[in-house]
Parts: sequence; C-alpha cells; structure tokens
Amino acid sequence: MDFAFTSEQQELKRQARAWLAERYPLDRDWEAPQDDAWAELAELGWLGVSVAEEEGGAGLGFLEEAILFEELGYALYPGPYLATVGLALPMLGEEERAAVAAGATRWSAEVRGLVPWLDSVERVAADGASYEARGTSLPTLDATRPLGRLERGEGMPLPGEPDVARARAAVACEAVGVAQRVLELGIAHASTREQFGRPIGVYQAVSHRLADTYADVELARSLAYWCAWCVAEEDEQAPAAAAAAKAFATEAAVAACERSIQVHGGTGFTWEHPLHRFYKRALWLEGFGGRPAELRAEVADSVLGVAVGV
Amino acid sequence: MDLRDTPEEAAFRAELRAWLEANVPEERRGWRGGEQRFGDDFGREWSRKLYEAGYAGLTWPQEYGGAGAPYSRHAIFLEESARAQAPAHVGVIGLGMAGPTIMAHGSDEQKQRHLSKILSAEEIWCQGFSEPDAGSDLAAARTRAERRGDVFVVNGQKVWSSFAHIADWCILVAQSEAAAPRYRNLTYLTVDMRAPGVEVRPLRQITGEAEFNEIFFTDVEVPVENMLGEQGGGWQVAMTTLLHERGTLGFALTATLEVAMNRLLGVAREHGNGDAAMRGRVAQEWIELQALRYTNYRALTTLQQTGVPGPEGSVAKLRWSEQNQRLTKLGRELLGAEGLLDDGWWHYQQLRSRGNTIEAGTSEVLRNIIAERVLGLPRGR
Repeated sequence: MDFAFTSEQQELKRQARAWLAERYPLDRDWEAPQDDAWAELAELGWLGVSVAEEEGGAGLGFLEEAILFEELGYALYPGPYLATVGLALPMLGEEERAAVAAGATRWSAEVRGLVPWLDSVERVAADGASYEARGTSLPTLDATRPLGRLERGEGMPLPGEPDVARARAAVACEAVGVAQRVLELGIAHASTREQFGRPIGVYQAVSHRLADTYADVELARSLAYWCAWCVAEEDEQAPAAAAAAKAFATEAAVAACERSIQVHGGTGFTWEHPLHRFYKRALWLEGFGGRPAELRAEVADSVLGVAVGV
Repeated sequence: MDLRDTPEEAAFRAELRAWLEANVPEERRGWRGGEQRFGDDFGREWSRKLYEAGYAGLTWPQEYGGAGAPYSRHAIFLEESARAQAPAHVGVIGLGMAGPTIMAHGSDEQKQRHLSKILSAEEIWCQGFSEPDAGSDLAAARTRAERRGDVFVVNGQKVWSSFAHIADWCILVAQSEAAAPRYRNLTYLTVDMRAPGVEVRPLRQITGEAEFNEIFFTDVEVPVENMLGEQGGGWQVAMTTLLHERGTLGFALTATLEVAMNRLLGVAREHGNGDAAMRGRVAQEWIELQALRYTNYRALTTLQQTGVPGPEGSVAKLRWSEQNQRLTKLGRELLGAEGLLDDGWWHYQQLRSRGNTIEAGTSEVLRNIIAERVLGLPRGR
C-alpha cells in the first residue's frame, strides 16, 4: 500500500502550480475576455498527458491528469481543459487524440443534453459521434463556463464510450483545488486582518471555521485521489469512488467558499475580491453532471442494493 | 501510488485472517466494547494469545521483542481485527503509549524491566494524565510528586483512566517543581498500581457502565528509578506519549467505524430501504467512512516515508468522533422504537459516542491544534 505521488508527479504539481500562478494570477483582469492559453498548454504537454507517445502525447495516465485538474481549479483556469481532456478524450480515435495533444482541436461533450464551452470549442462528442460545435450557448453563473445546446449537423462516428467515472474524478479534483485555494485565502486574511487589536484568526469562532474547512479539504482530497487511482487502474470500485468523490468534494468546495467569504467579512462580499469567482466555480462543479443527492442515491444503490418500493 | 496490498502485505493479511477465524471464540465476536472489555480474565488471555502468535508489538523494534514491521502491518492488523469483530488487546496503553515512551526516554534498566512484560500482557498499563481541574490543560496538573531523597511522594487525584482497575502500572504526570514555570514543572513517573496509597474508584458513565476510573494517590512512595526523563522534564516526555497516541489511532478508530457501518447497512436494508432520504444519509456516512479510510492511508504513507505523522492525520480523530455520533444516531433512528430497547447495540453506541468528542483530545482542542499547528493561524493564548 502506497498512497503518495511519485517524485515525478510531485514535480509536475510544482511546475503546474508555478506556471499557473504566473499566467493566471489572482490580480488578473477578470473583466477582460479570458485567454485559454491553448497553444501554451500544448507546449507544456498538458493536453496529451494520457495520449500515447506514438500519438504525440506523454504516455502517462490519469493520475498525472488528476494533478493538473486540481491545479487548474486552484488557479481558476478559464479554458475548456475539463471539456477536452476530462470529458471528450476517452471517446476519441487515434487521429483526434493526436490533434488534441498537438493543441489543434478543442473538444467538448454533451452531458445530459448540455455542452459546456460550446461557443469556444471546435468539435463536440455526443451520442457516439463527433459534431461541429454549433448551437446556442448560454452564460452560467461562472462567466468562464457557458453551457450550450448542440445543433446537430453531420455526425461522424467516434470509437469510444463516455467515461463517467473519469469525468467525475476530474471534477472532484478541480473542486479540491478550488477548496484549497479559498482555504489559503481565508487563512491569509485571518492572519493579517486585525479587529479589537488582534488578528481575527486568534478568535476560535473564526479559526474553527477554517479548521473545519481544512478537515473537509483533506477528506475530499483523499476521496479524489482514491477515485483518480481507481480510474487510472480501471479498478472495479471506480464508479462508486467517483460518485463519492464528486458528491463530497464539490460540496466541500462550496462550503469552503462560503466559510471563506464569511471569514473575509464585507471584503469577501465585494465584486472586486476574487472569492466570488471561486464560489461560482464551486457551484458550477457541484451542479454539473450529477448533483450530490443523485450521486448519493447511486452510492446507496451500490452499497445497499437497489431500493425496493421507491 | 498503489492502493493494493504488496505481496508481503497480502500474505500477512491472509495469514492473519485465517488465524482470527480459527482463534476468536464465537461468543466473543461483535462485542459492543465498553465494560465488556474487562468483565473477566478473557481480556488478558486473549492478549497473551495475540502475543504468542506474534501480533503484539508489530511495529516495536526487534531489539525490544517486537516484530520490527512497518506501520502498514499494524494497520492491516486493526482492519482485519475489526472485520472479524475480534476483541481488542487489553494492553493498548502499554503497547501504544507507555512502551514507546519507555523506549524513547527510559534507562536500560527500565526497558529491561517493562518492555517484554508489556508485550506479553503480563503488565497492563493505565494512564494518569487527566485531573478534575486539568483536562485539556495538562501543564495545570495538580497531583504533586515531592522529591524526598530516593523517592517521590505522590499525592493527588487522576481521572478518566481506562483500565486502571485492572492495571499493574500507571504512567503518571505530576507537579514536582512548585516554583518552576509552566512546562518545566512536571515529572513523569511509572507507578506500581499495587503500591500502598493507590486507590482506584470506577467512574460510572452515562451508559451506566464503568469503563473509566478515578485514581487517588495518598503519600504513595515512588522510587526515583521509576522516573522517565529528567526531574522537571515531564512535559517533553508526555508529548512523546501523546504523539504515539495519535500515530496509528486513525486506523483503530476507522476500523471500529467499519464494524458499525456494516451493521448500519444491515439495519438500513431492513428498515429504511424504501426511504430515499434515509438512503441518502446512509450513503453519506459510507462516503465519509471511505474519506477517513483513505485519509488514514495517506497519513500512513507519510508516516512510513518520513517517520513523522503527516498533518492530514490530525483530522482523523476529529472527524471520526463526529461521524460515529451521526452514524449511531442514524442506526437508532432507523430502528424506531426498537432502537430504544435497553440491551440494544445502537442505544448503547449512541450514548457511548457522546464521549468520543471529549476523550483523547476534545474536538475544541483538536480544532485549536489544526488552526495553530497545521494552518499556522496566530495563537490566541
């Protein structure tokens, strides 16, 4: 039993953290159109992490992708990485995978009738086929993540099936990144903001909220990594692990944001402070593709057996 | 990362599972814990058996008679014991706290005298830390240990001491330096529980049982050679004990939760199966149990790689205690009036679980520890 990332994986995490901090700082211009830096992601090798080397990828696995999903959440990265790598990639054929790794095509996929980033990708995977990305895109509460309705043109068959567990694992990892970041923002604020002559972090009503967030984040992280490992190893527990991780991690991220806003006081309620953007990302992750209550029902079916008389 | 057992771990697990299957007496399976742990001589016999089979002191160094195995073996031992609903070793305080403290701070003589007997369950130990006016605040201990030549004369009262009524020895923290500042005022002693002046009174708790005790010390003479560490250096020695208390504690706790979870699933299938809200709550408990389990695995990996428990381990006891309270409440709720019956397992567990957020570090103190030591928030005191 070994539940730790290898030193190469830890190095990837450090590199991702550093690059994203530079490219997507907290004090970026949030009102300007957000640049997805797609060519740079291709150059970094992030688009082809799990694509085979002969197809132009790195030939690594989902654990490395999981690390990136977490860091992208931590940095609040705006582009369609989740859609391309998290949703569409497992359905694509060899040629399409090579194009993804090279940064030539952005993909999304239809999930429960909705296509995230429909207006900023080139292709969409839906019901076993590939379509040109066309249709109506509607803004969501997370300004960087619209959801669209696909207008189906001519479909070309795709070889792969959607991998629901993998998609949920990706969302769970992103949620862990979001939760970790707002926890750190809360700690920084509580350590420096003074009231009644002392930093507010000395008051237990404040510090205990942050301790609770820390506990939530660590539990969510354990579930997310467990589930990432199950997906990477095609373990039979992957579906239950993914339902558990997505339900717990997205709820933990939402709660982490809410506590952090409270700890920040009035500042946390302003448009100017980036906290609300993390909050909106967390809410998006919670609501997209399987709400926590539905996921718990799935878990109940798997641990209790399917309900009788419901 | 590989969450499967290594071939060595798998072999150990299989052998242990077979041993438990063959050796746990049927009527002793699935004990609810509490007073049942010390009702008769079975506890010592069982502990002796574990020792003879090589399952006591798995992580102790070989030079002290242990197996010198990695922590993961101990974790597997706890998991499999829970799965088999096997009784616990009654020497947990000796094995997990007193023994490691003696190894770290004891003289060769002290090691000779105690370590092998702790392993073989010849010596059962208890802990004399908490006092009526010093619970979370150990440095405020009022029990006095006054140095008179070759002895310390101990006077005072300790409380919440498990196993004291069957224990042979006690690890005791007492005030020895009236004039010294906090944290330099304590001395750490090992006390023979049969010494004149030691009196144990069982403490009846809200379950109606007595698992804990008060210990009264009246002019108890403790030889100076029973001191661990320096006179006045008891605080540092006590920190070693408490560090070990938290080492693989997470696994022991999660293992007991696993037993309760399996019962909960049974109850839910029978009583709450058509109720979507109940099913959702049961699923939530299952999810949190997995979260705790894998958090323990992460902490264990850190411990094995660095020798020091990782920060994520600080979460285990806090969240386990709260989950155990929720889970036992849910079990009783699913049973309805049946859950009120006096000999009911759930009824007992729910009452007993109220102690979980108080014993071995209250939830409030644990949150302070996380806030200050893990998150680095400014200290309030």
